[in-house]
Amino acid sequence: MAESTHGNRWTMAIDLDKCTGCQACVVACHAENNVPTVGPEQINMGRAQHWLRIERYWQGEYPDLQARYMPVLCQQCQHAPCEPVCPVFASVHSDAENINVQVYNRCIGTRYCGNNCPYLARVYNWFEPYFPEPLNEQLNPDVTVRYRGIMEKCTFCIQRIHAGADRAAAEGRPMQDGDVVPACAQVCPTEAIVFGNLADEHSRIHEFAQSKRAFSLLEDLGTEPAVIYLKGGTSHVS
Amino acid sequence: MLAELPRKFGWPHEDNPQERLLLDPLPQEEMNRIMLRPMFRAGPGWWLVVALLASVVLVCFVGAWAYMIRWGMGIAGIRRPVFWGIFIATMVFWIGISHSGTFVSAILRVFNAEYRRPITRAAELMTSFSLICAGMFPFIHLGRVWTAYYIIPMPNQRQIWTNFQSPLAWDLFAITTYLIGSTLYVYLPMIPDLAMARDHTSGWRHTLYKWLSLGWRGLEYEWHYLHKAIMIFAFAIIPVMFSVHTIVSWDFAMSMHVGWHSSIFGPYFVVGAIFSGVSAVITVLLVVRRTMRLEYFLRPEHFDALAKLVLIFSFSWTYFFFNDYLVEWYGGDWVGHQLLLFQARGPIAPLWYAMLLFNIVIPWLTLWNKRIRRSPIALFLITIGINVGMYLERVIIIPGFLQRNSLPFNWGDYNPQWPEVSIALGTMALFILLYTVASKVIPLIPVWEVLEGQLSHTRRRIGRTVVTSVAELE
Repeated sequence: MAESTHGNRWTMAIDLDKCTGCQACVVACHAENNVPTVGPEQINMGRAQHWLRIERYWQGEYPDLQARYMPVLCQQCQHAPCEPVCPVFASVHSDAENINVQVYNRCIGTRYCGNNCPYLARVYNWFEPYFPEPLNEQLNPDVTVRYRGIMEKCTFCIQRIHAGADRAAAEGRPMQDGDVVPACAQVCPTEAIVFGNLADEHSRIHEFAQSKRAFSLLEDLGTEPAVIYLKGGTSHVS
Repeated sequence: MLAELPRKFGWPHEDNPQERLLLDPLPQEEMNRIMLRPMFRAGPGWWLVVALLASVVLVCFVGAWAYMIRWGMGIAGIRRPVFWGIFIATMVFWIGISHSGTFVSAILRVFNAEYRRPITRAAELMTSFSLICAGMFPFIHLGRVWTAYYIIPMPNQRQIWTNFQSPLAWDLFAITTYLIGSTLYVYLPMIPDLAMARDHTSGWRHTLYKWLSLGWRGLEYEWHYLHKAIMIFAFAIIPVMFSVHTIVSWDFAMSMHVGWHSSIFGPYFVVGAIFSGVSAVITVLLVVRRTMRLEYFLRPEHFDALAKLVLIFSFSWTYFFFNDYLVEWYGGDWVGHQLLLFQARGPIAPLWYAMLLFNIVIPWLTLWNKRIRRSPIALFLITIGINVGMYLERVIIIPGFLQRNSLPFNWGDYNPQWPEVSIALGTMALFILLYTVASKVIPLIPVWEVLEGQLSHTRRRIGRTVVTSVAELE
């Protein structure tokens, strides 16, 4: 929507040809962002709190059946459908990071943003968050624990973006590629997730964005996602 | 052969004037007595009904809501991707019912439809009460209802304002405007009747009516201003009525969701609202007539006329429904097709077929018949059916359509849980409770309007026929 006046374009590339669907990113995201686990009953009701989920699709007919994995998270749209519908400006575009942020204290829980997100990236706190022993010992102090009744979603690990910027400032240098690594990218065993500033022309993400395999999810909606998917024609994960 | 035609079709002059309220006048005092007698007599049956309704409201509505506020929205059946469920569907249903009053009282008044005279107030009261029910659902469905005031545009230290781009903010203003406007509009024509009640009562009722009637004395200039004010409000409330349901439909149409993102939703919802609203007027009037013994005022001719309206709006609703359906089908969008299949063969198929049965098949097969239009029992069942059908329509459009989307991994079924059903039933009880209590305080028939109509209607002999002639009272 808005061009950032800070010049940052934080972008994530996900190489679907490399993704094995191992869900390590999902676990890392839970741990990093204080995302509560809700238990089997609530999962059955479709209330998993994952900010990042691995969508599995089957391709072909038995016996030539292939599993396709697609990690889906908040696409940090530059033209985000969730922003205009929020009556209280809880879902807003952040100028500094050029991503979409959710203001937890402001959210009153109309869930309109959740309905209007074509990627269904938003999750809701149906009950008070509960962290059974010993998970309560490992809550991340850099991230708010959200109360019941509010929407939340992937933040591109905004706390890590800030930490990276602070570290660079302390060392008196501009930020470099690799200063910021979100939790999901950090743990991906196949390095299928790459994160960086697209405005930096020497970054890996810039190289990925030029790839012929690059596409955006539901591109025709014009949401201008900040998540790029890479997919060739022939990869085979079965 | 020509001579037989009149007998076959019944010429207007062969109407029995005794059947028509405006041609069958009673002395004014007698009419006042018919209206006031049931108001002042509250038997044990009435108290029983009120106690029952009040306890249902207390347990099913207040209790369930308090429980939900304490434990969180999770006790309802909503889930990702169905973030809106029965709550929003019920809100749209009540907004729909609220269109009854305005349509009957404002539009029919503006067009001088004489049969409106005895039914305007009963219909307009429904508007106010159903808006109260509807207006609570935006709060009920909030995850953090204790922060609901964030949506009100008020200056604050953090300088955060309401997002006027959001259809939910439009909703807030539309519903508030409509509630205030329609309450004023039901109050204005009530003043002469409140004064009439004041002159027939003593004790607390006298004090109440004295305050409410604002010192009305029935002087000529008072009537003059009253008529002026009523006409201004009648014209002003019509665009408000259209805007309210259009804006409610925009909650859905403005989104990117397939099935919701449709430019026809505005008029489709307005027509559906009037369809269910006028049907509800018939249902309520039948109950009022029976329980308050108002057979003098509410006659078969009124139900006949209202039932014709219902049939016309059934046609119109079907037209919009067909439009919406055909465009989705012909467009060939894959997700859209999944939605259509979901309606026709999915888990909500029974609801979908029931909706078509109640909204199209039954009204079309029955309401063309004059005898059915004049039969209280038949009308009662048909109109209840229509409102069931219209409720199902909202359930299909809101939680139904949300169950399918562009990423099939995220498809999910929605099963309403008891708190949602309980709160929805609770508002139904609240509506009936408000109406039952109001029936003992507010004259449900505008006696002065009926009197005015009777004064303006005369039977005149012209040549060999007798015709009804209506005088302008302006």
